[in-house]
Amino acid sequence: MSETIYRRMKDLPSTHLLGAGTATCAGCGGLQALHQIYDVFGDKTVFINAAGCMTLLSVYPFTPFSGSWLYTAMGSAPAGAQGVRDALDILQAKKRMPASEDLTAVVLSGDGSAYGMGVSSTSGAIDRNLDFLYICYDNEGYGNTGQQFSCATPHGAKTATSTGASGYPGFKKDLFSLWVANKPAYVATVIGSEPLDLARKVEKAKKIKGPRLLIALAPCPTGWGFDPEQSSEIGKLAVKTGIWPLKEYSDGQVVHSKIPKNRLPVEDYLQRQGRFAHLFKPQRNEALLQGIQRRIDDYWRDIDGT
Amino acid sequence: MNRQLMTGNAAAAWGARLADIDYVPAFPITPQTEIIETLSSWFDSGAMQGRMTVLESEHSMITAAGAAAATGVRVFTATSSQGLLHAMEMIYTVAGWRAPFVLVNVSRGLSAPITLEPDHNDVLAARDSGFLQLHCSTCQEVLDSVLMAYRLAEHAEVRLPVIVNQDGFYLSFTREPVQIPDQDQAKAFVGPYDGANIRFRASMPESQAVAVLGGSPYSYFRYECHLAMQQALSVYAEVAEEFEQRFGRYHGIIESFQAEDADYLYVMMGCFATKAKQAVLSLREAGVKIGLLRPRLLRPFPAQQLIDACAGKKALAVIDQNLSMGKGGVLHAELTSVLYGQSDAPPVVASFIGGLGGRDISQEEFFRIAEVLQIAGKSGQTPQPRLLYTQEEWTEFKKLQSIAVYERHEQKEQP
Repeated sequence: MSETIYRRMKDLPSTHLLGAGTATCAGCGGLQALHQIYDVFGDKTVFINAAGCMTLLSVYPFTPFSGSWLYTAMGSAPAGAQGVRDALDILQAKKRMPASEDLTAVVLSGDGSAYGMGVSSTSGAIDRNLDFLYICYDNEGYGNTGQQFSCATPHGAKTATSTGASGYPGFKKDLFSLWVANKPAYVATVIGSEPLDLARKVEKAKKIKGPRLLIALAPCPTGWGFDPEQSSEIGKLAVKTGIWPLKEYSDGQVVHSKIPKNRLPVEDYLQRQGRFAHLFKPQRNEALLQGIQRRIDDYWRDIDGT
Repeated sequence: MNRQLMTGNAAAAWGARLADIDYVPAFPITPQTEIIETLSSWFDSGAMQGRMTVLESEHSMITAAGAAAATGVRVFTATSSQGLLHAMEMIYTVAGWRAPFVLVNVSRGLSAPITLEPDHNDVLAARDSGFLQLHCSTCQEVLDSVLMAYRLAEHAEVRLPVIVNQDGFYLSFTREPVQIPDQDQAKAFVGPYDGANIRFRASMPESQAVAVLGGSPYSYFRYECHLAMQQALSVYAEVAEEFEQRFGRYHGIIESFQAEDADYLYVMMGCFATKAKQAVLSLREAGVKIGLLRPRLLRPFPAQQLIDACAGKKALAVIDQNLSMGKGGVLHAELTSVLYGQSDAPPVVASFIGGLGGRDISQEEFFRIAEVLQIAGKSGQTPQPRLLYTQEEWTEFKKLQSIAVYERHEQKEQP
């Protein structure tokens, strides 16, 4: 990342492209990331949206986006990006539109679509080497409908549809690897509480053509059960405990952009959130806690040799 | 003018080519495949300028079609049966976007049981979506309807997508002589793509299909679609007249065959109507005053035209190549709903269900329907709805059942 223009916090854009006063919950980690991504990527974009929290950003007759917007459906936003991209290419080839009017097709969806219902159309778009950017804000559940579990929900989390003593029995799907296996142009994990790392990755994604994915972990005060003012702190803990690895894939290589030194125990992250409260009270669920910690340790053993 | 023997599928592809389309999002399904294969070969050879993208499903295909039309290019696509149903969420969605493009549906029966052969239940599932529906009965009509459909879809007072429907196998794979209009004449008739204000450009940001809160804006946008659809009827009449002036062929809102002086009418859609015409000719020779009405538009529904055409008749037989479960024939229900309360409406509107899943309708059956109509016309009693199914078919089917049951029992008896 030596070529980056984002070396210090003060290098980050000071103007904001996404309007204020949007109808998301206070402390929304998804919106925090979206703000930052948009500022770096710019507004020569058409956002193609799939059903989720961010669908309620543009509500007739208002929109916070200074670029364009098209709502599609939960299962096929990448196909909407395909139609827009193809049409823009055709218009330029037939000289019905100058290149200066060109836009980047940007898919915006939550984990419900990106990890689940939309995987088929995402897979097709990668196969066709579609030139588009996919932004997934990952709040680890069907947040817009009241935080039911999705296949991005972490093991053990309580959701509206995993209320038992052990929470969600499944394991968070590895969307990063799912994309990487198909050799796209670029994949990165980001988080709003690490704005420099995020800006550098968006900067990189902007220069590359082809299928590109940014997965932003989106701390969700209402769904995860914490005070909105703690959103950034929870995000930082996700990185420091190693539960949300910051990494990127390009040119056939996966590189970690931030390897947490002296990783904090995952408990520091878990005990701050209502969705994991049952792991600590009325008594500690030692087996579950150790299982979660072990999987994190296993992951990082291969990365940093600890 | 060039005349060729071609299938309904080839005619659909020719319609797209002559309409000077830019973009074909595609996904293959029987019996539609020949359409996209033909277009694909024309893109490859350079006979057509533009792009074909093969999507991974019809759901994605229709999403891409609507998104491309909304970005400012002329779009054509085609599907059948399960494909149309798989895309159904987006069929409703893109109509709501007011994205003008043309979709050829090659009709085929729906699962289950899975079948390849035709009836109209697939296209009728899209009845309330906001797509206009043109129903064809010849290969020529397929080609001509595609050209006319673009004029309708892009018309300033319509701006809705259009389905052009043809029957699988009976039209899709039957070769008929088809006049191919001159490319320049066709281009002049269709004109350049007109999506009006919908397009995405860097200098002019647009928000399309945003969410609404509350029933008031929702009602407004939905009702706007309904009004546009209704407006399409008079627009269609203009387009059909202009088409006739330019190309010498007239495709009216309703095809009326020996109907004006008739006492009895067959009312039906699609290509089996050509068989009904043959029955009309034979029955006329025998002195039966019967005719045929074939609505070409199902949406918008040509209510007044049908009321006028049916006025004063003794009895109608609506022959539906579809089955609305728990209700019966769709066209029968549509027609009786508009005839209700009309002072001059026929006292008898009988319902026949036929041609499901590719089953033929024979001349004898058309004759039998005419007999039922004459009896009902005299008595004024509407007969019970009837499924066209012969004793012979019943016997054949019982044989199949006995084989299925026999084999199942035999397997059970094995140690």
